[in-house]
Amino acid sequence: MVELKDLRRISDHEWEIPTSVRADMRVPVRVFASRALLEAIGGDSSLEQAVNATTLPGVIGRVLVMPDVHQGYGFPIGGVAATELPHGVISPGAIGYDINCGVRLLASNVRFADVEGSIGDLASALDAACPSGVGTGGRLKLDERELERVCREGGEWARRRGYGTESDVARTEEGGVLAGADFATISHRARDRGRTQVGTLGAGNHFIEVEVVDEVFDAAAARVMGLEEGLLTVLIHCGSRGFGHQVCTDYVKSFQSAVERYRIRLPDRELVCAPLDSPEGQAYQAAMRCAANYAFANRQLLAHDARGAFAEALRGRTREPHLHQVYDIAHNMGKTEEHVFDGVRRRVCVHRKGATRAFGPGFEDLPPEYRAIGQPVLVPGSMGTASWVLVGTEGSMERSLGSCCHGAGRTMSRSRAKRTIHGGTLRQELEARGIRVRAGSLPGLAEEAPAAYKDVDAVVDAVEAAGIARKVARLRPVAVVKG
Amino acid sequence: MHTEQGHRELEHTADWALEVWASDLAALLAESARGMYGLMGVVLADGRRQRRQLELAAADRESLLVDFLAELLYLAESEGLAFDSLELEAADGRLAARLEGAPIQSHTKDIKAVTYHRLEVCDTERGLLTRIVFDV
Repeated sequence: MVELKDLRRISDHEWEIPTSVRADMRVPVRVFASRALLEAIGGDSSLEQAVNATTLPGVIGRVLVMPDVHQGYGFPIGGVAATELPHGVISPGAIGYDINCGVRLLASNVRFADVEGSIGDLASALDAACPSGVGTGGRLKLDERELERVCREGGEWARRRGYGTESDVARTEEGGVLAGADFATISHRARDRGRTQVGTLGAGNHFIEVEVVDEVFDAAAARVMGLEEGLLTVLIHCGSRGFGHQVCTDYVKSFQSAVERYRIRLPDRELVCAPLDSPEGQAYQAAMRCAANYAFANRQLLAHDARGAFAEALRGRTREPHLHQVYDIAHNMGKTEEHVFDGVRRRVCVHRKGATRAFGPGFEDLPPEYRAIGQPVLVPGSMGTASWVLVGTEGSMERSLGSCCHGAGRTMSRSRAKRTIHGGTLRQELEARGIRVRAGSLPGLAEEAPAAYKDVDAVVDAVEAAGIARKVARLRPVAVVKG
Repeated sequence: MHTEQGHRELEHTADWALEVWASDLAALLAESARGMYGLMGVVLADGRRQRRQLELAAADRESLLVDFLAELLYLAESEGLAFDSLELEAADGRLAARLEGAPIQSHTKDIKAVTYHRLEVCDTERGLLTRIVFDV
């Protein structure tokens, strides 16, 4: 059992669990959090799960923990771990079942003040246009060949079919497509699930929100992103749906025997893994990239539907409404990147589960307009609370493997939230605060209540104080659409 | 645990967890399925009953449990079916299941996956006990 007393203070916002805490630790754990957030983190098994992650063979540097961390299954949600190529491992459970779950931000030219009376109509239009809810299929039914193209081309597949622009694709992490996706590594079962779910939001904590730019903290960066106080934005949170869930399920299953073959001992079977250069590791990476590309295409289709709804709901009530993409970012992914460890540049697989990439200024992977300011980092808050736009910094490259937090982070279990919070009452409270709610399930709404999450503002303050991101703008929600 | 067989929901910050107990492995698998359908809020439609048979093999009891529940999740999503009559035989890493149920009329929650997180089927004085974490 890892306890708060095991942590060594590095600074007010950095804490370390040394390798002396448990005999099987290969590297230390570094936690980014204020003291207050650290005490919240100590309330569940997050830190123990982070220590478990340090046992992955080939792990290098430190396992990192973001301030929004909470316990997950195997690997903590809000954890980052790098394993060295070629012999280090890749662990599907350290990436998650919802491969490339992520967030896309679209910004508009519409002032909230000009359309305040139409936000309810806008919420209804988004709800009608974007398929959401439990078990929902989308409008597209892909045949096998088309599904393969989605897996290979990601966001570019959607753009070619008229569902997006070149700017959308350029302003997506990795240009909306990971190279090395191989459809042959995808099971029939995953293919079956993938055919009907592209272009759907799903349920759970996935959402579409309409937000107002509430305050700008970095005017120059905000200008580059097209964010201005008072303008409306649309935030989309979802992932690879049943396709990605099945890919992860398939490989967690097959890796149960792979760990025996490679004689890997782990404290938790959900962390099963295989060497990156092994046939099993290669197959999973190729499959994971298919699912990641599926998720990029999924969010592109939803963005297309959101644009249609936005234009339809607001046409005639303001000048020609328009939504441009600010950025699209993954927060469940394994990526091959180069980072510096003890002064030596190394190629590693960075597992980010409930954590985003946050590259600082100067990286060629970024669209040209963002190279001077750093990569946009999108941090959705809990329902009804602020969301944030940040940028990566030089500090994130030095200290957090170019990574940052992904949200507010849960503190209350879903079952307790359901027991203590009434969905109908919550909806009334949100509506009374001027937030229009369109929810498929009231109990589902209750599970995602703000009271079940940490304070996102405190999380963002912590990453900024730790120097791994910088504030650009805070967004305030005015409409929430959930499945 | 007051009865020979049953399940209850456990607190888990992000996901859902069930504690399940039963006298033997077949009963534990069946009870786990009932618990999972309960978490999903599955309501079966009236009308024509559907039957399915499954045969699974796995290296250990935990893998058999995960594989069985994953099969049921797949059938729920791909065919829209859930089962309220589960006749199971489990021995030596093999499971033979005769399932009878109906189309799902409605459900309230999707489960993404059945995880191996700290999964252990434990022998107890009264039979078997396990805790299952679901990703939701």
